[in-house]
Amino acid sequence: MLGNVTLFEFLSIGREVAGHRPWPRFQLDLPCWRAFEDRLSAADWVLLTEWAEPNEVHALFRDDQTGDIAVVSHPCVNHRFVGLGKRRPGAIRLERAIHDLYGLAPQGMADQRAWLDHGRWAVKHPLGSPRTYDGGPHAYRFRTAIGDGLHQIPVGPVHAGIIEPGHFRFHAQGETVVRLEERLGYTHKGIEGLVQGKPIDVAARIVARTSGDSTVAYGIAFARAVEAALGVEAPPRAHYLRALMGELERIANHLGDIGAICNDAAFAIMLSHLGVLREKILRANMACFGHRLIMDRVVPGGVACDLTDEHRTILRKTLYEVGKGFRRAMALYEETPSLLDRTTGTGVVAGSLVHRFGAGGFVGRASSRAHDARKVPGYPPYDDLDFEIPVRAEGDVHSRILIRAAEVHESMKLIEQIMMRLPQGPVTAPLPMRAGEGVGIVEGFRGEIAVWVRVSEAGKVVRCHPHDPSWFQWPLLEAAIEGNIVADFPLCNKSFNCSYSGHDL
Amino acid sequence: MIPPISHLFARHLLKGPHTTPAPAPSEDGLAELADEFATQARGRLGRSLAIREVDAGSCNGCELELHAANNPVYDLERFGIKFVASPRHADVLLVTGPVSLNMAEALRRTWEATPAPKWLVALGDCAFDGGCFAGSYAVAGGVSAVLPVDLHIKGCPPTPKDILAGLLALLQHVGGK
Ligand code: SF4
Repeated sequence: MLGNVTLFEFLSIGREVAGHRPWPRFQLDLPCWRAFEDRLSAADWVLLTEWAEPNEVHALFRDDQTGDIAVVSHPCVNHRFVGLGKRRPGAIRLERAIHDLYGLAPQGMADQRAWLDHGRWAVKHPLGSPRTYDGGPHAYRFRTAIGDGLHQIPVGPVHAGIIEPGHFRFHAQGETVVRLEERLGYTHKGIEGLVQGKPIDVAARIVARTSGDSTVAYGIAFARAVEAALGVEAPPRAHYLRALMGELERIANHLGDIGAICNDAAFAIMLSHLGVLREKILRANMACFGHRLIMDRVVPGGVACDLTDEHRTILRKTLYEVGKGFRRAMALYEETPSLLDRTTGTGVVAGSLVHRFGAGGFVGRASSRAHDARKVPGYPPYDDLDFEIPVRAEGDVHSRILIRAAEVHESMKLIEQIMMRLPQGPVTAPLPMRAGEGVGIVEGFRGEIAVWVRVSEAGKVVRCHPHDPSWFQWPLLEAAIEGNIVADFPLCNKSFNCSYSGHDL
Repeated sequence: MIPPISHLFARHLLKGPHTTPAPAPSEDGLAELADEFATQARGRLGRSLAIREVDAGSCNGCELELHAANNPVYDLERFGIKFVASPRHADVLLVTGPVSLNMAEALRRTWEATPAPKWLVALGDCAFDGGCFAGSYAVAGGVSAVLPVDLHIKGCPPTPKDILAGLLALLQHVGGK
C-alpha cells in the first residue's frame, strides 16, 4: 500500500468504534497496528498524544496533508504492544509512562527504564492490574558521557528558586555542557486515576489543575471533550467568553515568562516591570471573573461567569495600560545589547528536531513549525476571528522571547475583536445523560493541549487523559543546551518554561 | 536618542512605586502559631525571615502567586521576608502542593537540612489536606502527613494578599511583637 494514502484511508483497514466524537476512533488488531507503525516512517501523520487503558493503547494522530484527525486504538495481546517511539520519538516517554501506569510494555524500544514510577508508590502498575510493591526506590541509570575531563553535575529535584521539582543531570567539560539528561515524574499525582469514576464537574476541577498556569486551556479542552462525547455544543456566547479568558491567560503567562527569562540573564528590571503588568491582568481577572488565575470558570456545557459592561470597561482600561507598558518593556529589551548578547544564539533548537517531536507553542514556532490548534483543527470562536501566528526560524532564546511578544500583541487584538463581537444569549447548555467518548484540542499558552475522555450514562467520567504540550518540548531542552555553558541553562530552561506538573500528571 | 531605560527610570521616579500597603497579619495564622518556639527565636532572628520554598507536587498555581507576592506591587522583601536558594540559609520552609510520594523524601531531606529554629508553612489547599488530589495512590496527602506544620495558608491558590497576611503573622510571632 504505497503512494499517498491519507490517514483515514489507511485506518479504514480497522474497525471504527461508534460514539467517538468529533473525530473517529479506529481499532487496529496486531497485524494492522504493525502495518500502521511501519507506515509512520513515510507518512506525514503527527502524533498528538498517546495513552492507555488496562488492555488497550490509544494514539491521537493528525494527518498534516488533509487535516484529518483520528484516534488509533490497539487492544494489547499479553500486555504488550509494538511501540511507536522508533517512528515518533515524542512517544518514547509517553510509552514509558504507559508501562509504569498500566503495565503495558512497548516492544522494540531501547529505553526500558521506568519514567513516572520512581519505586515510591505502594503499588506497581496502579492503573492496570495493580500489584503491591515494597522494593524501595529505583536507582535510575543515567546515560553517561565518557571522555577526558568530563564531570557530572546533578541538580534537583529541589531547585534554588520558586520552581517545580525535577532532576537534571549534566555532563560538562569545563563550563560546556556535553549532555543533559532529565529525570521527571516527581510531581506525579495520579490525575488519570483520580478522575476515574468522578462526576463530570468534580473531574473538571481536577483536570483544570493538571498545570495551574494553563488552567483555562485545560478547562476548555476538557469541556470540549465532554461536550463532544455527549453530542452537545456550548452556546456561542460561552465560546467567546472562553476565548476571552484563554487569551488573558496567554498574555499573563507570556508577560511572566519574558520577565523571568530576562531576570535569568541578570536583567531584573524587565521582571519587575512585566511583573507589574502581569499583576494588572490578574487583578482584572479577579474583577471580571472572580479568580486571579480564572480557575473553574470554564465548565462542561459553557462557562460559570458572564461579562457585564462594567467588566468590559475594566478590561479595556487594563489592556490599554498593559499594551503601553509592554511596548516600553520590549523597546527596552531590544535596545539593551548586553541582554541581547545573552539571548541571541543561545539554546538553539533545530527546526528538524521540532518537527520530529511535533513540538508546538513558542518552542515550535521559534524553530519554524507554525502549527497552532486555534487554526488547525480550529475551534470556535477562532474561525470567526482575525489573527496571525508568528513564526521565526532561528530557534534561540531570543526568538522564543520575540514569538511570545508577538503573541501578546495578537492576543490583545483578539480580545478587542471578542469584546466587539460577543454574542448575546445564555452561557451554558444543559448536559444530557449519555455515554460517549470525545476529544478536545485547544491551544494553551504553551502549545497544543489534548484531552480525551469517556463518560458513562450515569454522568461519570470513566477514563480521561489530559496531554500537556511539555511532553514534546522537554526532550528538546536536552538538545538545546548541548554545547552551551552551564550558566546559560536557567536561561534556556526559562525560555522553554515546560510544565513539570502537566507532564508528570 | 534617549535610551528606553532612562524613560523607565524617569517615570518611576516621577510616579512613585507600584507597591500597595501591607494587609493586616492573618488572624487565623496568629491563632495557629501560638507555640513555645517563639521565645527561643525571639531576638535571634529579629524581624527578618529567610524562606526556602519547596514544591512537593503542586499544580504550579501556588508558585505563580508566590512569584506575584515578590513582584513590586506586593514586594514581600520590604518586610524582611526573602526567598533564599538553600535550606541551609532558611528559617522557614514553605511547602506547596499535595506531597507526592515521589517528592516525600526530597521534602524530608530539605527539612532536615534546615537549621533550627525553623518553621514549616504549608501553602495552598493541596498542602493543607491534599486538596483535589487527596486519596491518590501517588499522593501522601497534605504536608502534615509528612512533617509537622506550624502554619497553613489556605486558598487555591492563596492570593498574594493571603500569602502576605500569613507570613506577616509568622513574622510578628517570631519577632515577638
Ligand atoms: S492549592 Fe490549588 S493552586 Fe495550589 S497547588 Fe493545589 S490545586 Fe494548585
